[in-house]
Amino acid sequence: MKACQLKLKISAQVRIKDNYWHCEFSAPQIAKIALPGQFIDIRVNDLCEPLLRRPISIHGVSRAKIKIFYAVVGKATEILARKRTGEYLDIIGPLGSGFALGKQKTVNSKQMLVAGGMGVAPLMFLAEKLTEGRKQRAENRITVLIGAKTKKQLLCADDFKKLGCIVKIATDDGSQGFHGKVTDLLHNLSSDFRSLPSAIYACGPKPMLQAVADISNQRGFPAQLSLEEHMSCGIGACLGCVVKTQAGFKRVCKEGPVFNSRDLVW
Amino acid sequence: MKTNLSVEIGKLKLKNPVMVSSGTFGYAEEFKDFIDLSKLGAIVTKTITLKPRRGNPAPRTCETSAGMLNSIGLENPGIEVFIQEKLPFLKKLGVPIIMSVASEEEPEEFLELVARLDIIEAVAAIELNISCPNVREKASLIAQDPEATYKIVQEVRKITNKTLITKLSPNVTSIADIAQSAEDAGSDAVSLINTLAGMSIDIKQRKPKISVGIAGLSGPAIRPIAVKMVWEVFNKVKIPIIGMGGIIDTASALEFILAGATAVSIGTANFINPKISLEIISGLKKYLIENKIGDVNELVGSVKI
Ligand SMILES: Cc1cc2nc3c(=O)[nH]c(=O)nc-3n(C[C@H](O)[C@H](O)[C@H](O)COP(=O)(O)OP(=O)(O)OC[C@H]3O[C@@H](n4cnc5c(N)ncnc54)[C@H](O)[C@@H]3O)c2cc1C
Ligand SMILES: Cc1cc2nc3c(=O)[nH]c(=O)nc-3n(C[C@H](O)[C@H](O)[C@H](O)COP(=O)(O)O)c2cc1C
Ligand code: FES
Repeated sequence: MKACQLKLKISAQVRIKDNYWHCEFSAPQIAKIALPGQFIDIRVNDLCEPLLRRPISIHGVSRAKIKIFYAVVGKATEILARKRTGEYLDIIGPLGSGFALGKQKTVNSKQMLVAGGMGVAPLMFLAEKLTEGRKQRAENRITVLIGAKTKKQLLCADDFKKLGCIVKIATDDGSQGFHGKVTDLLHNLSSDFRSLPSAIYACGPKPMLQAVADISNQRGFPAQLSLEEHMSCGIGACLGCVVKTQAGFKRVCKEGPVFNSRDLVW
Repeated sequence: MKTNLSVEIGKLKLKNPVMVSSGTFGYAEEFKDFIDLSKLGAIVTKTITLKPRRGNPAPRTCETSAGMLNSIGLENPGIEVFIQEKLPFLKKLGVPIIMSVASEEEPEEFLELVARLDIIEAVAAIELNISCPNVREKASLIAQDPEATYKIVQEVRKITNKTLITKLSPNVTSIADIAQSAEDAGSDAVSLINTLAGMSIDIKQRKPKISVGIAGLSGPAIRPIAVKMVWEVFNKVKIPIIGMGGIIDTASALEFILAGATAVSIGTANFINPKISLEIISGLKKYLIENKIGDVNELVGSVKI
């Protein structure tokens, strides 16, 4: 699939809460071919500060538009949040290899998405694609586990519900839902044969993904994990963004960001 | 107005003086979606070694003020896999391919590598990377020692007639002396600069931001140092210079040419704007026309001091 470098117009930029923002671009070329799990690489200004592009997942696609969901955490994301509707940004995308979706006609509650913090970003697009045009009967819905530090930092729960997903929440401080890690919640669920997942798609901080990999490898169900690594080029040229796999180092920006849990070496 | 952009580096004729640097352009295939590769003056491959190298653990790169650090550790598939899997694509582009090579066990490995490449027609020139800061466990680089530089270039010179370029390190007291050794030993050109040794620390974790600690600094932050080094080398040797280090636009490319570089090479800027090399080619042409200069070669080293 061909990626392109484009000047994209911001068609919407909305603060969701605190330091979390939605931004939308008109990008027919990207919207047409984007797959869940893929990302775009954004240059936030023409200066040397910040120097490099920043990778952000594709959060959703509607017709000719693509949407991102990001947290302001530093220089580049701060500048990004100051951009307004109508302004243009230099963007490369879609990049990376996304989630493998499988070919089942119906979705089911045994397909589980597991998100930690900002990890909801690519999983929203995935949930849209998984449910799109497929039957989602009441007793047969996808399950989404969302983890956050506190209730305040919980993201996208209502959006997943709107898609008809079963949402289960875990917070580190117990301020909402299960008191503990989202991976403890996953562990509990998968201890029961009836709620053993058939496939897992996960995105979040590294320790969380490692715990998901451990559980899935123990219980023997496949898990696709979306990883993050610092990226310089985003297009596979610098070899900067590697993770260790059974077959040696692989580039998160090219062979990833989605990897099969069985292939990773932690 | 007719303008000439073509330049000569040893036996190599480049249609324009803009090339892309080793390690910042992959094996060119990574850029095919974004630019017309056939327009480049030349392509320098990621450094290749005799045996495959796995490279260093992550994190391998981090951003710094107007620059970046990297310690990839020369990850590459080794010469044979390169020839089988990467060269066929490069061959078809119609652009001179400059093979960057390095060795841990110099000079034997260097000689074996060069002998292997010497018989491949698609290889237009060989760049000896004796200046990679991210490969040797030993503290010093060949490019930090005038005698070691002389010795390796001389040995390699004996076994190939291809254009030989020696890539120099800025982590030295006098880069001009090293350039002199390379010239004396028969190098057709020198390219400079490789990255400057640097370090960056994460104060929260109190750990270096790059897994192995010390890494190589590149990008606009190093440009004034690189331009100065090109100027010093230009004043010392007669062989052509390929200048690089922080070029991000036409103006910065021109600085290198004015300081004495016959060709320029784009590195880190490829990550920021994959089209930058082609934009610089057009920019150079425009500069020549605007300043009524018929030939880019007239500009080389023409800074007035
Ligand atoms: C494939 C991929 C998809 C991503 N998708 C999203 C997304 O959808 N939404 C979102 O908000 N963020 C996402 N990120 C993370 C995002 O790229 C970083 O938050 C961003 O680059 C920070 O830039 P900054 O200049 O604002 O922060 P900086 O000033 O560069 O850094 C601030 C802090 O963030 C950390 N950081 C910076 N870059 C990364 C990175 N690539 N990975 C991990 N930590 C980093 C730094 O170490 C530092 O602690 C994604 C990262 C990758 C690799
Ligand atoms: C990620 C990265 C990898 C590099 N790998 C190599 C390499 O394999 N061989 C080499 O000779 N130089 C390598 N370099 C150095 C560049 O070729 C160049 O000399 C240096 O980055 C300075 O130019 P710049 O500031 O334009 O990037 C690398 C640089 C970067 C940023
Ligand atoms: S970011 Fe350069 S190879 Fe992945």
